[in-house]
Amino acid sequence: MKTYTFTEKKDTRSGFGAGLLELGRRNPNVLALCADLTGSLKMDAFEKEFPERFFQVGIAEANMMGIAAGMTIGGKIPFTGTFANFSTGRVYDQIRQSIAYSGKNVKICASHAGLTLGEDGATHQILEDIGLMKMLPGMVVINPCDFNQTKAATIAIAAHHGPVYLRFGRPAVPNFTSADQTFEIGKAIVLNEGSDVTLIATGHLVWKALEAGKLLAEHGVSAEIINIHTIKPLDEEAILKSVSKTKCVVTAEEHQMNGGLGDSVAQLLARSLPAPQEFVAVHDSFGESGTPDELLKKYGLESSDILTAALKVIKRK
Amino acid sequence: MSSTEELKKLCAQSRRDIVRMVHAVNSGHPGGSLGCVEFFAALYGVIMEHKPSPFNMDGSNEDVFFLSNGHISPVYYSVLARNGYFPVKELATFRKLNTRLQGHPTTHEGLPGVRIASGSLGQGMSVAIGAALSKKLNGDKHLVYSLHGDGELQEGQIWEAAMYAAAKKVDNYIATVDYNGRQIDGDVDKVMPLGDLKAKFEAFGWTVLENHSGNDLGQVIAGLNHAKTLTGKGKPVVILMKTEMGMGVDYMMGTHKWHGSAPNDEQLAKALAQLPVTLGDY
Repeated sequence: MKTYTFTEKKDTRSGFGAGLLELGRRNPNVLALCADLTGSLKMDAFEKEFPERFFQVGIAEANMMGIAAGMTIGGKIPFTGTFANFSTGRVYDQIRQSIAYSGKNVKICASHAGLTLGEDGATHQILEDIGLMKMLPGMVVINPCDFNQTKAATIAIAAHHGPVYLRFGRPAVPNFTSADQTFEIGKAIVLNEGSDVTLIATGHLVWKALEAGKLLAEHGVSAEIINIHTIKPLDEEAILKSVSKTKCVVTAEEHQMNGGLGDSVAQLLARSLPAPQEFVAVHDSFGESGTPDELLKKYGLESSDILTAALKVIKRK
Repeated sequence: MSSTEELKKLCAQSRRDIVRMVHAVNSGHPGGSLGCVEFFAALYGVIMEHKPSPFNMDGSNEDVFFLSNGHISPVYYSVLARNGYFPVKELATFRKLNTRLQGHPTTHEGLPGVRIASGSLGQGMSVAIGAALSKKLNGDKHLVYSLHGDGELQEGQIWEAAMYAAAKKVDNYIATVDYNGRQIDGDVDKVMPLGDLKAKFEAFGWTVLENHSGNDLGQVIAGLNHAKTLTGKGKPVVILMKTEMGMGVDYMMGTHKWHGSAPNDEQLAKALAQLPVTLGDY
């Protein structure tokens, strides 16, 4: 099992803030819009350095999405920032009509996704956003795993012409990927090569999958671990290549099982390479208040849950 | 620049286009379309500086327009076609399979002239504001225009946008409300009264103009020209434009019933008898 280390834990939202600032310096067409959550989204540095390119819209997310769509008419690249819940569910029709169907070059950047938002509870813990966004034709859906990858993804999506949903979170998590990585949309990253089971994880659950890989090694199980930062378009080739070797798969994500990464992988395998699959995800439930760690444990999104799922799926081969 | 006589001919022909288009597919929205013919003819004929061909999605260095109440696509398509955005004969494809003239306007099929999809109501003002902000950033002095139904103002997003436009001084933007007083279920005053619309927009910080003759071409042109003189003064401008739904076809006027219904063969003949051919049918 390949060893991954980190020197510090950092929040992925700060990776977004850092990436946005760098983009602002590189590209004068990059604009930022925020709905009264500038500090939470770590957009303050961009606002300070580029006040004329920062647009505070107040608590009016629908309007923010429409304005962003309009700004693209004139060659701008708007990045909207608010919590994942207010970036998707609250404004689904605005995104669908004014951005996705209209083919507008808007980057929808969403923080505080999933259970690890923590104490604010289920009103804010959206677990359906990946599903909502991936269903929209033409929408790219990205959920990076740590600070460095979120920063790289933020910079990369500006170069992609078309709507993108970029999902990240609130808690500090191990920052283990390279600071100078090149982010390639739609390209899976094989973190560990293995032969008994494929673990496919996204977002915060990638580190949990690495931890599970270590636990599996102690059980004598060789796990192939794939970081799927882009859920749409899915790197089908990488997944099929791995599963053709391991013959079984566990998907892991901080999202509902319905509509998430696991769904996309299952569809792919059903079409091309039927194989047993277990889903580490939230199973048709809302979240609740608690610390991020308590919630991950209660809702079965810990490394130990990935371990259990892997041992189970291997038996189903 | 078109002469008033030419624009009047366009209005008459556009009315024929509208009823023929919706009749051909037995669907679509003739009522609001007929009521807004003068507005569209004026906007594309004399008010806006615009470039039909080649169509530039970015709208740089030209005025741009957004139709927020997308269901009145027949009048939009007719006037776009007759201003050179696409072949007039393409009006015959309205709402048919593989058409660029979708039931509600969209960029998706690449129809020149359309810069945003609309149909789900209440979104166009936000989009227009975004385009206006881009123009400011780009140092482009041209204006942004939008049209909204009065019933559409029941959507909350409109008021989010109205608040933003005034607060952030989006003053290169002229919105127009098609104040025909009717919506699908009946009179706006019965379905969900808008109250004192002028006072509402003024309270939000807009400059409000009233045009009581939205089907009088001269009045429409004068109102839009007046609005243009009020841009660049720190406030967004809105025109509350009274129109008659179904204008030009006697049996479609005075009722909400032709909001989204097409005439049958007999009704078409009756309508066309009232609408002379001026520029030639498509």
